[in-house]
Amino acid sequence: MTLKSDDVRSIAHLARLHIEEEAVDHYVDDLSSILALVEQMNQVDSQGVEPLSNPLDATQRLRDDKVTEENQRDKFQQIAPDVAEGLYRVPRVIE
Amino acid sequence: MPMTVTEIRQGLASGQFSSVEITRDYLQRIAQHNPVLNCFISVTEDIALQQAEAADALLAQGNPGLLTGVPLAHKDLFCTDGVKTSCGSRMLDNFIAPYDATVVECIRDAGAVMLGKTNMDEFAMGSSNENSWYGSVANPWNTAYVPGGSSGGSAAAVAAGLAPAATGTDTGGSIRQPAALCGVTGIKPTYGRVSRYGMIAFGSSLDQGGPFARSAADCALLLQAMSGFDARDSTSSDTPVDDYSARLEQGIEGFKIGLPKEFFAEGLDSRLARVIETAIDELRKQGAEICDISLPNTALSIPTYYVVAMAECSSNLSRFDGVRFGHRCDEPVDLEDLYKRSRGEGFGAEVKRRILIGTYALSAGYYDAYYLKAQQLRRMIKNDFQTAFDSVDLILGPTTPEVAFKIGAKTDDPVSMYLQDIYTISLNLAGLPGLSLPVGFVDGLPVGMQLIGNYFDEARLLQVAHRYQQVSDWHLQTPEAYS
Repeated sequence: MTLKSDDVRSIAHLARLHIEEEAVDHYVDDLSSILALVEQMNQVDSQGVEPLSNPLDATQRLRDDKVTEENQRDKFQQIAPDVAEGLYRVPRVIE
Repeated sequence: MPMTVTEIRQGLASGQFSSVEITRDYLQRIAQHNPVLNCFISVTEDIALQQAEAADALLAQGNPGLLTGVPLAHKDLFCTDGVKTSCGSRMLDNFIAPYDATVVECIRDAGAVMLGKTNMDEFAMGSSNENSWYGSVANPWNTAYVPGGSSGGSAAAVAAGLAPAATGTDTGGSIRQPAALCGVTGIKPTYGRVSRYGMIAFGSSLDQGGPFARSAADCALLLQAMSGFDARDSTSSDTPVDDYSARLEQGIEGFKIGLPKEFFAEGLDSRLARVIETAIDELRKQGAEICDISLPNTALSIPTYYVVAMAECSSNLSRFDGVRFGHRCDEPVDLEDLYKRSRGEGFGAEVKRRILIGTYALSAGYYDAYYLKAQQLRRMIKNDFQTAFDSVDLILGPTTPEVAFKIGAKTDDPVSMYLQDIYTISLNLAGLPGLSLPVGFVDGLPVGMQLIGNYFDEARLLQVAHRYQQVSDWHLQTPEAYS
């Protein structure tokens, strides 16, 4: 699988990741060589093998739906880039 | 010569020195050597001396805990309340963690003193520690060489005696590989043994914390303090924790050790292979039975690992959006610009590569071909190990295909860097425990041997490593500049 520059631009958009225009070609090469490595997986027939998502085949533990955390909003917002009146500020979304 | 944790505990218990004294010694060594080695991102001198004073008070009462008064360092990936936790990234250069990781809490509850936070590859992505926003770490055995990664700062700090022990994390070899390249002992426990709460996530189904130290006996103490069930980690295991120190002195007679032929095949430096063979002979003399086994899907572990790890990384790192914490770009024009530029500026090249590949692998139309396929191969790799453990007690091989390489030697070729992980990553895919211990040198650089255990059989790995260290002194060697 060889990627094209437009593929890289569209993946970067999906990842909400800005990449410099002059670096796109470099990413095309790097990502294509990684994908070539990854495609070694196709040498093996894995039809019918059950996918493994947790190495111990464990399933998610459940707990009672009770509040267990205390509110630490003020502490957590001390490290936020921009807050006002307990809210996180971002550029205007709705015109 | 730098002391072991065991020696420090004895010295503290007998009153030979106080925790404040030994802590000051280490802080002084850090001040002297860190400018060259660059092992530490933050040195927490005030906290260390405060904790050391409290430890001395506890020691005076004659009721010390497992690690009371012992100084050590944390990889800068574990959240530490009120202390910068950068994960080696510009993204978190301004991040003061608002809570402690469970590992940090456990180690503090055991009485240890925190010297500081160690350097690492950005978000634990790398095998050389060259991907840190804070610069490369130098290998204490030869400062022109890499210490390995991603926990390179922790491994180098222990090797140079800037800390007697340190914590690390291992997603594809990030404890074992730097332990090997720096000539120290490190163990990655079974997935779920050590809590991941407060450990900044890279590949959540692969990540596991563990210790670095100068001996297996020291690792046993640290792992004891770190292990156990934690309700705050959804994949934490409630399997009872063994007493790791208790079994150390038992012999290894009759242990069946399997050598996977794929771990000794093409790609392994023959000089390194000879060093490993000498160590195997020693284990044979100690009564272990050695036999050949096969892990047929070993070569597939690299592509499989990189799909799983990159997919999980792209998902985990989506939380860094410039809104709630971490780096935010200047003057964003809209929300999309805020996300894109904050992330573009905050992340380094390797992290970006992995986010892009992971995003691609998980995108519509490609999921089955990449992620699902990788999860199927992951089960085949796990099954190989299961079959092997039907006939052997543990598996042994080299930790890495070659000794440390020069800083800059592989930076232009990400794929050749990934191949460094060939012997370590299959354990993360399978969730198995692995230990690396030093067994000799090639060209003046340390060689690591890897012991692989069955699930939750960490005690046996420590027992075998300890037995070897009773009859060898590779683990006691220190680079001349730091002895």
